[in-house]
Amino acid sequence: MNIQSVKNLEKIKKEYRLKLNLPDTVKVNIGMASCGIAAGARESFDTAEQKFSQNKDIEICQTGCLGYCEVEPLVEILSRNKPRILYKNVTKDKIVDVINAYTNNDFSDKKIKNLILGQIKDPRSILEDDMDNPQEKVEPVEGISFLEEIPFFKGQVKIALRNCGYINPDSIEEYFARQGYIAFLNALKENKPGDIITTVKESGLRGRGGGGFPTGIKWASCAKYDGERAVICNADEGDPGAYMDRSILEGDPHTIIEGMLIAGLAIGSSSGFIYVRNEYPLAVKRLVNAIKQATAYGLLGDNIAGSDFSFKIKISTGAGAFVCGESTALMASLEGKVGRPRAKYVHTVEKGFRDQPSNLNNVETYANIPAILLKGAAWYAGFGTDNSKGTKAFSLVGKVKNTGLIEVPMGVSLRDIVFNMGQGVPGKKEFKAVQTGGPSGGCIPETLMDTPVDYSQLAQVGSIMGSGGMIVMDQNTCMVDVARYFLDFLKDESCGQCNPCREGIKQSLDILTAICEGNGKEGDIEILEELGSMIKNFSLCGLGTSAPNPVLTTIKYFREEYESHIIDKKCKAGVCKNLFYYEIDKDVCTGCTVCARKCPQNAITGDKKEPHILEQDKCIKCGICYDACKFNAIVIK
Amino acid sequence: MSEVTTQNKNNTEEIDYIELDQIIENKFNGDRENLIMILQAIQRRYNYLPKATLLYVSEKLDIPYSKIYEVGTFYSTFSLKPRGKNIISVCLGTACHVRGGGQIQSQIEHALDIKDGETTSDMRYTLESVRCIGCCSLGPVIKINEDVHGRIKSDEIKSVLNKYE
Repeated sequence: MNIQSVKNLEKIKKEYRLKLNLPDTVKVNIGMASCGIAAGARESFDTAEQKFSQNKDIEICQTGCLGYCEVEPLVEILSRNKPRILYKNVTKDKIVDVINAYTNNDFSDKKIKNLILGQIKDPRSILEDDMDNPQEKVEPVEGISFLEEIPFFKGQVKIALRNCGYINPDSIEEYFARQGYIAFLNALKENKPGDIITTVKESGLRGRGGGGFPTGIKWASCAKYDGERAVICNADEGDPGAYMDRSILEGDPHTIIEGMLIAGLAIGSSSGFIYVRNEYPLAVKRLVNAIKQATAYGLLGDNIAGSDFSFKIKISTGAGAFVCGESTALMASLEGKVGRPRAKYVHTVEKGFRDQPSNLNNVETYANIPAILLKGAAWYAGFGTDNSKGTKAFSLVGKVKNTGLIEVPMGVSLRDIVFNMGQGVPGKKEFKAVQTGGPSGGCIPETLMDTPVDYSQLAQVGSIMGSGGMIVMDQNTCMVDVARYFLDFLKDESCGQCNPCREGIKQSLDILTAICEGNGKEGDIEILEELGSMIKNFSLCGLGTSAPNPVLTTIKYFREEYESHIIDKKCKAGVCKNLFYYEIDKDVCTGCTVCARKCPQNAITGDKKEPHILEQDKCIKCGICYDACKFNAIVIK
Repeated sequence: MSEVTTQNKNNTEEIDYIELDQIIENKFNGDRENLIMILQAIQRRYNYLPKATLLYVSEKLDIPYSKIYEVGTFYSTFSLKPRGKNIISVCLGTACHVRGGGQIQSQIEHALDIKDGETTSDMRYTLESVRCIGCCSLGPVIKINEDVHGRIKSDEIKSVLNKYE
């Protein structure tokens, strides 16, 4: 069926809204993004499907990721006139019990209650204010908190992630049900390209891939140049520790297609390209499927909805090169060449892919576009701060209790994110720093945790917004080692064509490695600072100019850690193997024998219920005993 | 290059040229812009990029062999050496790093007696480090072939590896 107008969509939208929100059956939604599958969601899905295949009243469905990755597999169960319950840690051994309990209205059994994360108060997306809350008239279950009120979800505003976890990513109809493609069809029928660009400009949306360039201005300058313009989506999410884009690609691929269609319309382009990481096979699969579906409905292809606008999308897979996140490198890679950046005297909006005007935005940026067009620039600009409008998705990972994906309005403080939503560091460990912006970003210490997420304020403390990775570090993270880690990463990923980046990173890394191995000398810190400013000032592309950030910020905020490595030859975090040793605290050890049994070197001896002894000659500092001891009797010296 | 990999039948791989032709012509329209994806398809088929296939691609697409070699060595997913039956990818993304990904890597190196990038002499395992597979919430993560093993602990490594024949 070819969609001709918004009117055509209404029937499908109505039908699928019922299916999504008020099903006659018991609908079991299992979160099946890569993270969920890794946690065992596929096995849970197969088990449920097998068990209930004969039961027509139970429907087993897949969705994307709701974001609370800490407690995956996540399973949501709903039915008409019944509460919508979200269950956590539903592995294959639990799924059948959970479904049976729901159908029997059993929410109080102790075993089941422990698996309940919360009940959903309002499942509508931020764009669905054209319908009533389907849960409005349902009596909530007593004693179960609303999902929207538990710390991880409270304070989140989901615009880019609005559909992730709520719809089947392989179903375009479910995307229609949540207002999908309406923004595009409206724009196609009613807007002039210039109006679309003005709306995007006024919304204040800035590039969500890291650079933060205003999207509307980019579109306007690309539209200015003649040629075969290209609309490119950067889905080469290379920042280690960031996976917002993967979640959108796997959970809501149509929003990216719609965002790109709108960009095509605005700048006058008929060809779209998605450059996606090879490490994300599921994302590729779901994108391919989404493109096929959109084409079948006539939303991609020639003369879309009877207009003279045509648009096609090609998917290209990257092959593992971080530098290909840089615009000119990405475009070279799209052409099948090695991804080496070039100097940008001529910007890619004028001459980029195939030497034609090219507009490049990242996944999250495109995911915001349909919402902005549907609800208006002022609505979007109503979220955020003066120079950072809207919301931003972050992946909250590392040494934090609640790991997962969140989307918050700009301006929320780092403290709020880490300690409130993330609930701080697990165990009795002490928080040390949070790293934002990936290898181009910096480490922010406890004293600056009140910094809001805002492009300029994060830059002021020496970090960047970046694509949204937020890695929490605790007392067992060595900041010198973190700096070494990032430079080691960048040394591998530097394309090698300009001296400051290639040689500067190598020299800095050598010094950091020496410090971590106990061979640091006085004066090393100053050389690192000097090298850092040289790399920053003279490198060709963004990879180089931001490469020293992890080193410079760790020196700035954790100088004493560098000094204790260099002067005292100590790594208090217990990471740099030559600079510490483990010891068993006789007074704390209970003689439970766990460490002795786990030690691969048989370096720990002692009688049951007696303090154990660790033989230093045999110890390889693998840390197994340190992790295994429940009494914190193994100490770092 | 390690001892173990040089012993392999490096140049005796049998190449199915008709199939190779289909990959280049039918699947990717003989388009030079698809070079990276063509090489990925070849690697999926042979587990690495045999030299003969690269020479053939060079002929077919009329791209100098040096350029193809450049692409094959620039991108980290490509391997010009035969790899083992099971590919172990240890994630060394930041989240996994701070949660002990490096320890996991050295334990695997220790258990299999190979270093990063090497293959065991029985061709059973190849160990590769990767930078982030996007399962950061489950760190430390290793991926064996297509299976992701999250929150892996040092003492689980041997039993996980043994599952892969």
